[in-house]
Amino acid sequence: MTTETIAATVDAKGLSCPMPIVKTAQAIKNVPSGALIEVLATDAGSMKDFTAWTKTTGNELVEQTTEAGVYRFVIRRK
Amino acid sequence: MTLTMERPAGAEVPVSEPEAAPAPDGEVKPREFLIIAYSGDLEKVWAQMILASTAAAMGVRTRIFVTFWGLPTFVRPGVRITGENWMQKMMSGMKRPGIAHRKLSTMNFLGMGPWMMRKLARRYSVASPAELLEIAQAMGVEIMPCQMTMDMFGLKREDMIEGLGEPVGAATVIGLISEGATPLFI
Repeated sequence: MTTETIAATVDAKGLSCPMPIVKTAQAIKNVPSGALIEVLATDAGSMKDFTAWTKTTGNELVEQTTEAGVYRFVIRRK
Repeated sequence: MTLTMERPAGAEVPVSEPEAAPAPDGEVKPREFLIIAYSGDLEKVWAQMILASTAAAMGVRTRIFVTFWGLPTFVRPGVRITGENWMQKMMSGMKRPGIAHRKLSTMNFLGMGPWMMRKLARRYSVASPAELLEIAQAMGVEIMPCQMTMDMFGLKREDMIEGLGEPVGAATVIGLISEGATPLFI
């Protein structure tokens, strides 16, 4: 677990594709470069989708965990 | 990730290699995506909107070229009958325009199919085509209507939703594709 401060949280629990990605793309614009944002999602497809999204956009997927059916992603804005 | 390779004895092992080498000319062409929205069927309009909003979210410059049966999707809500002559008016009368009035290509059952589809979408928190269109536009997706089909259907700029780009023709589409935009015909 990272000990750095999370600048923003995107709660995408219950939302289906492509909303977790779309909401994250919108939210990351509001944090400065280098800041961390956290995404919570329940869409099983998001496991692969966030890897693809960070790879394409150049943001860094710092952490990826699953707890009680909730996927948590920590992403650092490039 | 570790890559092991057979090397002749004594050959020098490079300390590190960059993950991706820049293009020989050093120029990185930004990715572009072009959706040709040809169909007005509900399930295909959904696919157009999901891919457009996702592409924009991934930082890919995205355009939608709207033509033929795709055009009525982008008619402003509340506009019922469009066109100037009876043929154009009859077409819009038989095929109600607007993103909220798309029909399924299969299992339409006089509207029962789309009704069930929308109900299921709500139950599983799937964003509607209208919501996705709004998001796509907010994220900078450019929508280019086809001038020729607009003329043929008798559609005027004031019949269409806000934020549409200038009407264009087939040459614009081919131009974008030949410059490297990835096209998707939906």
